[in-house]
Amino acid sequence: MAEDIKKLMYVNRRAPYGTIYAWESLEVVLIGAAFDQDVSLAFMDDGVYQLMKGQNTEAAGMKNFSPTYSALGDYEVTKIYVEKESLEERGLTLDDLQHLVWEDEDDDWAERDSIHLVSRAELADVMAEHDMMFNF
Amino acid sequence: MKLTIQVNEGPYQHQASDSAYHFTKAALEKGHEIFRVFFYHDGVNNGTRLTTPPQDDRNVVNRWSELSKEHDLDLVICVAAAQRRGIVDDGEAERNGKDATNIADGFRISGLGQLIEGAVQSDRLVVFGD
Repeated sequence: MAEDIKKLMYVNRRAPYGTIYAWESLEVVLIGAAFDQDVSLAFMDDGVYQLMKGQNTEAAGMKNFSPTYSALGDYEVTKIYVEKESLEERGLTLDDLQHLVWEDEDDDWAERDSIHLVSRAELADVMAEHDMMFNF
Repeated sequence: MKLTIQVNEGPYQHQASDSAYHFTKAALEKGHEIFRVFFYHDGVNNGTRLTTPPQDDRNVVNRWSELSKEHDLDLVICVAAAQRRGIVDDGEAERNGKDATNIADGFRISGLGQLIEGAVQSDRLVVFGD
């Protein structure tokens, strides 16, 4: 039902393995995809580490869930906002993150970038456009 | 206003459940509707009846159970989070071959979809945690 579509944003603020918030956030995103809502993800503060490529958790004995992010496009999660200042403060650039894409069915399944690099001020504007925030 | 409450932290370790409880109680007293209280992450530990706090302290778990009884509150514990942390009802005990249950009165175990539904159906989602 169209009137039941809300703009939902999942905000990820924590590093991936020190606490379970990142993984349990991703579980909500995957389950929530079945609800056909207008979904965006934001990564800020230590949350930007969740998207780092080349994660290896073997020594820590933890489950490496980072490959799951590349499946988000298939769940029609296509808007991922990464805060520029959070990357810079940690000496990171977009090249350090996984290249996440989605396929545009309206354009012959062309691959499009899911990640949008936004400033802190821009992210605040994007957040303000949403109806509900899930904060992890 | 119709509200869904999300509790992300366990009892006693963290104030989130206390704050959520007081907020929920106050909202009900003001005539607001609580669509659901959803317990996630370590918040699922708010729903074990085996909790035994010292007698001169508040009983966080019983307080939720009593509020639920009084206002017919829907207290939902996330099943995935509960399985990791050992919060068990009859159905979960049978499904996973456990020899005991510990879910407190007024709580039920269900899926994450209940959280999304709460957000979609409510005017506000109020989250308690860090």
